[in-house]
Amino acid sequence: MTLSSETPEGRGSALPAFLWKAAKIAASVALTLLGLLLVTFLIGRVVPVDPVLSVVGDRASKSTYDRVFLELGLDKPLWQQFWIYLKNVLSGDLGESFLTKRPIAEDLIRVFPATLELATVGLLIGTVLGIPLGVLAAVKQGKLADQVVRVIGLVGYSAPIFWLGLLGLLVFYARLGWVAGPGRVDITYEYDFTVKTGIMLWDTATQGRWEAFRNVVSHLILPAMLLGYFSMAYISRMTRSFMLQELAQEYITAARVKGVPEGRVIWVHALKNAAVPLVTVVALFYANLLEGSVLTETVFAWPGLGMYLTNSLQNADMNAVLGGTLLIGLCFVGLNLFSDLLYSLLDPRVRRRR
Amino acid sequence: MLHRSRFIAAAVASFLLAAPAAQAETPADTLIQAYTLDEIISLDPAEVFEFMPSEVIGNSYETLIGYDPADVTKVFGKVAESWTVSEDGKTISFTIRQGRQFASGNPITADDVVFSLVRAVKLDKSPAFILTQFGFTPDNVEAQIVKTGDYSFDLKMDNSYAPSLVLYCLTATVAAVVDKKLAMEHEVNGDFGYEWLKTGYAGSGPFVIREWRPNEVLVLERNDNYSGDAPALVRSIYRHVPESATQRLLLEQGDVDIARNLSPEDLAALASNPDIAVQSGVKGSLYYMGLNQKNENLAKPEVREAMKYLVDYQAIADTILKGGAKVHQAFLPEGFLGAVNDTPYSLDVAKAKELLAAAGLPDGFTVKMSVRNSGEFAAIAEAIQQTMAQGGVMLELIPGDSSQNLTEYRARQHDIFFGQWGPDYQDPHTNADTFARNTDNSDEAASKPLAWRNSWPAEELSKETAAAMLERDADKRAAMYTELQKKVMADGPFIIMFQQTENVALRANVKGFVVGPSFNDNSFIGVTKE
Repeated sequence: MTLSSETPEGRGSALPAFLWKAAKIAASVALTLLGLLLVTFLIGRVVPVDPVLSVVGDRASKSTYDRVFLELGLDKPLWQQFWIYLKNVLSGDLGESFLTKRPIAEDLIRVFPATLELATVGLLIGTVLGIPLGVLAAVKQGKLADQVVRVIGLVGYSAPIFWLGLLGLLVFYARLGWVAGPGRVDITYEYDFTVKTGIMLWDTATQGRWEAFRNVVSHLILPAMLLGYFSMAYISRMTRSFMLQELAQEYITAARVKGVPEGRVIWVHALKNAAVPLVTVVALFYANLLEGSVLTETVFAWPGLGMYLTNSLQNADMNAVLGGTLLIGLCFVGLNLFSDLLYSLLDPRVRRRR
Repeated sequence: MLHRSRFIAAAVASFLLAAPAAQAETPADTLIQAYTLDEIISLDPAEVFEFMPSEVIGNSYETLIGYDPADVTKVFGKVAESWTVSEDGKTISFTIRQGRQFASGNPITADDVVFSLVRAVKLDKSPAFILTQFGFTPDNVEAQIVKTGDYSFDLKMDNSYAPSLVLYCLTATVAAVVDKKLAMEHEVNGDFGYEWLKTGYAGSGPFVIREWRPNEVLVLERNDNYSGDAPALVRSIYRHVPESATQRLLLEQGDVDIARNLSPEDLAALASNPDIAVQSGVKGSLYYMGLNQKNENLAKPEVREAMKYLVDYQAIADTILKGGAKVHQAFLPEGFLGAVNDTPYSLDVAKAKELLAAAGLPDGFTVKMSVRNSGEFAAIAEAIQQTMAQGGVMLELIPGDSSQNLTEYRARQHDIFFGQWGPDYQDPHTNADTFARNTDNSDEAASKPLAWRNSWPAEELSKETAAAMLERDADKRAAMYTELQKKVMADGPFIIMFQQTENVALRANVKGFVVGPSFNDNSFIGVTKE
């Protein structure tokens, strides 16, 4: 009964404080997204590509060209174009892509789940492998195990993903036949289930289409392993360095002196503290993966966000680029907030300070 | 606890090991092609203009007029049964075949044909100029293309154009016959059903467009209401596979039946595979360099000629394009009426140096060349750079994205543009109209043909081009185009180098695929799988 929040005074200020904080977060999120849109918009207009040409092509008559020029609102001053765009976004209209002739929102709903599924599985693989390897490398610092982990990481860092992807396909798909090839699902299963969420693992599993589910896994496993390998390379290095910091702390020495088993010292005492900064690293890496890996998506014919954005950018389809950027921005902001939240769960000091 | 986790691990392991290998054959009644689908930006025939989607329209819609892909001079009616040209040559009267229907079951009548043509002119999308060049405008078209009976209509033009020109233009996808009733059911704000049709389908061809997911897949199904011979295939699917090496793996594994965008290297590697066959077709696309006459060096006739001697045409065709193109130096592709197939230019450094000296540039000069940074373009540009340097012409290569290059080209800000040009229809006027016509060389000109883009005032040639458009005697007309090509070849600001060949790699059991002269002639209608 001595906790401060239980006093009438504390209770009275708790709600407005919470609201105040939420408002602060909302304002900073809005400002971040606005800045992001503005910069993307300006870059899009500075790029020396004529968007009208992407719509009408090279042969159209002048009347066609002029009509589309007006339709796209390109006759208006830049600030006005941006203002119109912003107003539309606020009313929930992201505009239409002139490459796919569909609303941007519909396009994003179609392509993003493909990237989300791939990135999530990739990150899971990377985290599950990367953290133990990083811990191992830190514990065996300078020894053979450390060197091995470093070399594995180095290859993951430096080998072009494009090349590794093709090599993977050649070995596991073409030679060994262990996995299915490029694409998300075989044509045979394409119409075996209804695409509801676009997360095919989920869609097939919830509809009880286990044959199709296996096929989806078989398609997913190779590109996911590839992304997993890259995340592992990064995560293991970061884990190693965070762990080395923690292992040099006095509380670790104290624990060892007290006779705490070494396994517990490493996996519970040290790792729990290293986990705090690690959460941010993993969350940001996840956001990176969610941008879509253009090269991976290209090699594996994976119809995701990366391919969509690249294609839009090359054709100056700015509505699509802006919509995609907004989505990625949201992912970053969301994951940042999420990692902040996890921070306070993991670190009592942060919790108390709040 | 331990027991359970072991059980899960075992279950996962057995599941992964049992995951089926991907060696399954494609279904016998389905054709699966790996293709780069990012060119598709619409499925409305009034708007479709790019190579890949025009192939889709070619297999799913019917045009008024068709021609034999093996011999394009054999023109025949498809939806049209017959036609007559009036005395003054300005009106063509068409009769429509009776008793045929659209995929929807609606009958095909003159109403639909007139609607389709009027619609294309009024919507005024990219390919509309193919029709509007005969004097149709959104305002007058309803008075110029008129129904004269349930199965007949008149096409009234502003001049007596060569009938073959008009007929060839009516074979283009922009003139495909659209189901009026179905399209108008989806009309919004007087858009002739455009909003709907850009992702929908309202045709009468052998296949029905079932689904298009951008950059993913395009699915066609057999049209059971098709009036011609029913295709053997039930389904034809295009899968978006952007990478050549990936296409090759899929083809080798039998996960696709046809790979469409293989690089010369991948094609060469497949040559020894007994399960794979390669089919080729000469296409109309030309690789050329455009020399901007705003550049004072390039404006000298001797320099233009010298540069034509500083390209090793054959070597590039043999070592870089490897069967993807052949040497061709005139603006009309082989196969066109009046096409010049001689190749008078070859690498001749001594001659080029002589010409440069005569132009007052014995030590050569430096000039920029804008190049697309994709595919074979970069490699060809480097080869050209090397031989040009031998003559003293130092090329500075400016790599860029294709749309970026095009923007610069159309603003006449380039020195040298290196790219491709493909004809819009099978009549010679299509290329003459751009390589040999420039009636207004000012920066504000309404029309931007290639001659204009390279700031080449072609007054005399423009007149000859206009005259050839009206010549009704085929032999005389052919001679006029031959003359035009020779003039452009000798003096023009274009170094035309190669004519493209399309190579298609198929599983050996796939028979009956047709690689036509134009992309809308590429056909899988007769495909069977043995």
